[in-house]
Amino acid sequence: MAAEMRFAKSHEWVRPEPSGLATVGVSAYAVAALTDLVFMQLPAVGRRVKAGESFGEIESVKAVSDLYSPVSGEIVEVNAALPNALETLGKDPYNAGWIIRIRPDNPTELDTLLDQAAYDSLVKSQPH
Amino acid sequence: MRSAARWQREAGSFRQGSYNPANAWRFARRSSDQRPLPVLFPTNPRHMSQMLLQTPLCGWHESHGGRMVDFAGWKMPVQYASIVDEHLATRRAAGLFDVSHMGRLAVQGPAASAWLESLLTRRVAGIEPGRVRYTLITSDAADSGVAVLDDALVSRDVDAADGTPRLALVVNASNREKVVAWLRTKLPPAGVTLMDRTSDTAMIAVQGPVAIDIVCQLCDPLEAAQIRQLGNYRATTATVAGQPAAVSRTGYTGEDGVELIVAAAAAVPVWDAVYAAGASAGLLACGLGARDTLRLEAGMPLYGHELRADSDPFAIGLDLAVNLEGRSFPGSGRFAALRDRPAGRVRVGLAFDSKRSAREGNSVWHGDREVGVVTSGSFSPTLQRSIAMSMVDRDVATAGTALDVLIRDTRQAATVAPLPFYRRLAKAPALQP
Repeated sequence: MAAEMRFAKSHEWVRPEPSGLATVGVSAYAVAALTDLVFMQLPAVGRRVKAGESFGEIESVKAVSDLYSPVSGEIVEVNAALPNALETLGKDPYNAGWIIRIRPDNPTELDTLLDQAAYDSLVKSQPH
Repeated sequence: MRSAARWQREAGSFRQGSYNPANAWRFARRSSDQRPLPVLFPTNPRHMSQMLLQTPLCGWHESHGGRMVDFAGWKMPVQYASIVDEHLATRRAAGLFDVSHMGRLAVQGPAASAWLESLLTRRVAGIEPGRVRYTLITSDAADSGVAVLDDALVSRDVDAADGTPRLALVVNASNREKVVAWLRTKLPPAGVTLMDRTSDTAMIAVQGPVAIDIVCQLCDPLEAAQIRQLGNYRATTATVAGQPAAVSRTGYTGEDGVELIVAAAAAVPVWDAVYAAGASAGLLACGLGARDTLRLEAGMPLYGHELRADSDPFAIGLDLAVNLEGRSFPGSGRFAALRDRPAGRVRVGLAFDSKRSAREGNSVWHGDREVGVVTSGSFSPTLQRSIAMSMVDRDVATAGTALDVLIRDTRQAATVAPLPFYRRLAKAPALQP
């Protein structure tokens, strides 16, 4: 089972916690590209998601983006303070900017995601 | 499952076949995977079609962090660092806009005034040099009797050396070719020449409470005084940063300011000079994103959204753009009928309590009854909430009426609000609460 942070190609990150839960957020690269964040829609606690399924949305002045769950499981916590403090995503996307916590159905699912090195390569290869 | 692609299409599109997020935000789809993998970020300008037109300032935009998109066939910046920062800079200090993509047409000749007046919804034959008017351009449409081709600014320059009148039209980038084609079909065999000066010239807007101050720093004292004394919708000529310029006190932001028209070769020196002169005052370069949020707050229509080929100008609140008294133009009969027998939906503002934005095409509801459609919507940096313009049934158009807007799968509460949402104060650049 992956012990460190993993990334989805859609730029969400997921980190397994000692508790067995997985914390999910969006990468610094994603936040920097979105700019002008104005709204975030969080899911209800208790909702189940599949890997790749949208669990919420984040809106900037110009466009709306889905947030995709990197793993399948049950959403057990959401960062309720975040939608009113979206600047946290820019300041601390990997800790205070966490978005949801999931109880994963299958912890080995994380191994299918990109590790830090692979994600960094993906970011470098982005047209910019 | 809600598709990100569908939402991206709904969100913030300039409908003029131009800034479509589906173009600007790239989606990758692997053959083995039916799901789109959304990549959240704008496409690289290097991947953009090499057929896009470029203003003389394109290189400046790219080297200053401009996120470039295809807008009406032009490579234009939608933002540099932050749309909100650019918007607020324009409200509080000054914003610098490259609007060279807009069409600039010159009409000249002994018969020019009478001819052009016969094709516009406003009079121009009797206006004096330096006067600017907001007008619509219409053509006859067989089925409906009228088609609105564009909204435009028409102005009269100083007469030519031989005493014949010279007029100028500034049209939307997306409508330039259509308008030129239409006007050419109506040209008489002699007495009028029509020239498209878009590629010979550039247009730069400087907008905001200190915009005039900044531009005047780049003129000699006499011309600076003339610019300061310019009334709204008036124009003059001046030498700005050593370059000849047409200077009009017009804009698309709701702020005071000017639009400068210069020769294409003068664009970069004038832009650089304004940018440098404005730096200490807080001037920021602004892209199309801020241009849209600013005009939305000011309640100004955008062709393709509030104004369309089949629009009733009176229902949109553009009564002042249509002068029917003792004159005619293509479609004037139909417009007179619309004025005399109002029917159909009308334009209203919608104010939301949340920051979730309605976008063009979202449906508007009064209880279980669908009563309208959103024509433009966005977050308002000045009001710190979302706003929209929409066409709604007349019986729900009263200010204060509670409506719902269906934004993706959720109903969002909104209140009918008078337009404009923002009006600048005469002296102090305070923001509305």
